[in-house]
Amino acid sequence: MRRYGEAVPIAAFCVAIVGGLGAAVVYALGGQAQAEGVLLAMALGGIGVGLASWAKTLLPEEVVIEERPALGSGEAELTDIEDTFVERDPIHRRRFLGTLLAGALGSLLVALVFPIRSLGPNPDQGLRQTAWQGARLRLVRNDGTPVPADELNVNGVLTVWPEGHVGEEDSQTLLLHLQPGVLQPRPGREDWTVGDQVAFSKVCTHAGCPVGLFEERMNRLLCPCHQSTFDVADACRPVFGPATRSLPQLPLDTDGDGFLIATGDYSGPVGPGYWNQDR
Amino acid sequence: MITRRLVRWLDERVGTAGLGRAALSKVFPNHWSFLLGEIALYSFIVLILTGVYLTFFFDPSTATITYDGSYEPLVGVEMSQAYRSVLELTFDVRAGLVMRQTHHWAAVVFAAAIVAHMARVFFTGAFRRPRELNWIIGITLLLMAILNGFAGYSLLDDQLSGTGLRILYSVVLAVPLVGTWIASLLFGGNFPGTQILERLFVIHILIVPVVIGLLLVLHMGLLLRHRHTHFPGGGATDRNVVGERLWPTYALKAGGFFFLTSGALVLMGGIFQINPIWIYGPFRPGNVSAASQPDWYMGWLEGSLRLMPPWEVRAFGFMLPNPFFSGVLLPGVTFGLLYAWPFMEAWLTGDHAEHHVLDRPRDRPVRTALGVAALTFFTILMVAGADDVLAVTFDLEFNRMVWVFRTLLLVAPPVAAFVTYRLCIELVQRERDSQASLPAAAETVT
Repeated sequence: MRRYGEAVPIAAFCVAIVGGLGAAVVYALGGQAQAEGVLLAMALGGIGVGLASWAKTLLPEEVVIEERPALGSGEAELTDIEDTFVERDPIHRRRFLGTLLAGALGSLLVALVFPIRSLGPNPDQGLRQTAWQGARLRLVRNDGTPVPADELNVNGVLTVWPEGHVGEEDSQTLLLHLQPGVLQPRPGREDWTVGDQVAFSKVCTHAGCPVGLFEERMNRLLCPCHQSTFDVADACRPVFGPATRSLPQLPLDTDGDGFLIATGDYSGPVGPGYWNQDR
Repeated sequence: MITRRLVRWLDERVGTAGLGRAALSKVFPNHWSFLLGEIALYSFIVLILTGVYLTFFFDPSTATITYDGSYEPLVGVEMSQAYRSVLELTFDVRAGLVMRQTHHWAAVVFAAAIVAHMARVFFTGAFRRPRELNWIIGITLLLMAILNGFAGYSLLDDQLSGTGLRILYSVVLAVPLVGTWIASLLFGGNFPGTQILERLFVIHILIVPVVIGLLLVLHMGLLLRHRHTHFPGGGATDRNVVGERLWPTYALKAGGFFFLTSGALVLMGGIFQINPIWIYGPFRPGNVSAASQPDWYMGWLEGSLRLMPPWEVRAFGFMLPNPFFSGVLLPGVTFGLLYAWPFMEAWLTGDHAEHHVLDRPRDRPVRTALGVAALTFFTILMVAGADDVLAVTFDLEFNRMVWVFRTLLLVAPPVAAFVTYRLCIELVQRERDSQASLPAAAETVT
C-alpha cells in the first residue's frame, strides 16, 4: 500500500526534474517560448502534483474538531479601554488644546492636497479649442502634405490634420467626398463645403474613439468602439448607438494654390461631453 | 541538527516556538470551493514574480523613435519608446515572451478567481457577522485587481491600449463637477499628453500592488482570527472548527496547489498567445481597429457603454453626458451594492447573529436568486461588449443585436431569479420528502 502510494509523487518529482532541466537547456540553446512554457509548467506542475499526492496518500488525513475561540474580549477589558480613552481621556480634558491640535492637523491636510494641483493644467481652455482655431490652416495628410481640392474621388475618405499639428488628437478630421446633392447643410453652414467635400471632427462625441468606418451606401459613419452611427447627409447627426451629439463640422475653403483649408474652428466642442461643456 | 539549533536561536530572540506551534496546529476546514480564493492568492504571487522581471525591461517613455529591431514588419515605423521596449522584450529577450504572457494570463486568472471566490462567499453567506470587514476588504481587492489589470495592459502603448485609455479619459470627463479636473490631473493635460504612461507605470507597479499586498495581509489575518467557515454536517457548529491541522497534510496540499496553479499559468503563458501587441501596432491618435476587445473583467463596462441608449441630461446649461450612466453610475452602484450587501442583508432579515456554519445556497432561496440575477445581468453586459464581433462572426444584423441585448438585459435577470428561486424550493422539498420516507436512516447518519 505504502509502496503504491509513493509511486505518484516519485513520478511527479521526476517529471519536475526533467522539466526544470529541460527549460534550462532550451534557454541555453537560444530560447523558444512554447517549449519554455511547457517545460516550466512540467517543473512547477510536477512539484505541485508531487506535494499534493504526497499529502493525500502518505500523510494522515484526520479530521480534528477544535473549539472556535470567542471574538469579543470580555466586559472587563471593554470597560477598561473605555475608561482609558473616554472617561480619563487626557485629550478631552484639555479641550482647547485638543481643538487646536485638530485644527493644525486639518490645515496640514489641506496643505498636503495642494501639490496634487501641479499634476495637470486647468482643464477649461484645452477642452474648448483645437489647433484649427484662428489662422486659415491647410488640411494635411498623415505625412504632412497638403490636400488639393480635387484630390478625393466621390465616396473617398481621408483623415486630415491642421498643418503643423499632425497627430494632435483633438484636431483629427475626416474629409469626405459625398455624392452630389447628398448633403443637407445645416443653416449657416451652406458655404462650409468645397464642391461636394465636407469635413467633420473624427473624435466620437460618445467616448472619443476615432470614427473610422464610412458606409458609402448609406452615407453613414460608424465608430468601431461602441458602434455609434452618424448620418453624414444630415451633418453627422447620431442615428444609432450611444452617441447623443452630432460630430462637429469643419468649415472648408481653398487657398490660392488650390489646396483645402479650414476657415476656422469646428462648429461645436469636440469629443465627449462633460458637465459644463455648454457653458 | 542544524534545524534544531536554528529553532532555538530564533526562539530565544523572537519567541517564535509558541507562535509557530499555534500556527501549525491551526485547523482548516476542507472543501473544494475554498480553493478559489487560494487560486487568487497564488496568481497574485505569480503576478509579482513575473511583474518584477518585466520591469527590468519595460521603459514607460512616450519619446518617439523609429523601430529598427528584429521584428521586420514594423521596421521603419515610428513608435514610442514604451512600445519598442515591449517588442524587444517579446522578440529579443530570451524567456521574455513567456514571462509577459504568463503575467497577462495570471492577471486574467487573478480577476476570475476573485470573482469566483466572491460568488462562493456570497452564495454560502460567508460574509455574515463577524466577516463583514473581510467582505469589504475582498471587494476592494476585486476593485484593485480590475484597476491594475486595466492599468497593466494600457501601459504598452499599442493601438488597443491607446483606445482603452481614450475611453477611460472620456468616462472620467463625464463625472459631474470634478471630471474635467480629475482627467487633467491624471493625464497631465488633454488626452493623450506625454505623462500618462509614466504615471500609469507608478500606479501599476507600486501603488496598487502595495495596496493589494496590504489588503491581502489583512484579509488573511482576519481569516486566521475568525478561523475558516465550514459547511454544515460532520459536527460543524458555530462554536467549533472541523477540519485538518495546518501541518503537515493541509500545508503540503496548499503548497502543492500553489505549484499547480503557477504551473497552469506558465503553461498558458507558453502556448496560448495573449495580447499580441506586435499585430495591433503602435498607438496613433486617429487610428482604431475594428473589433477592439478589452480583457474580460472590463467587458461588463464595455457592454454597458455599448448598450446604453443615446440619453443625456441637460439642465441649466449643465449636462450629464451619456458615458456618465454607463461608465460612472453603473460601476458606482455595482460596487456600492457589493460593499453594502452584508449590512443590507442583516437589516432585511433581522439576522445580526454570528455565523460560522455556511449556508447551502438552496436553503437561502431569495439570496441565491438575487445573486444569480446579478450574475446574469453582468454576463449579458459582458457578452454585449463583444456584440460587433458576434455580429460579424455569425453574420447577424448589428443594430438588431443591440436591441436583443438591451431587452435581454432587462428581462433575463428576473427570469433567472424566478427559476433559481423555484429550483431552490424544489431541491429542499425533495430532500424533505426523501428524508421523510427514510426517517430511521437519516437519524442514524447524523
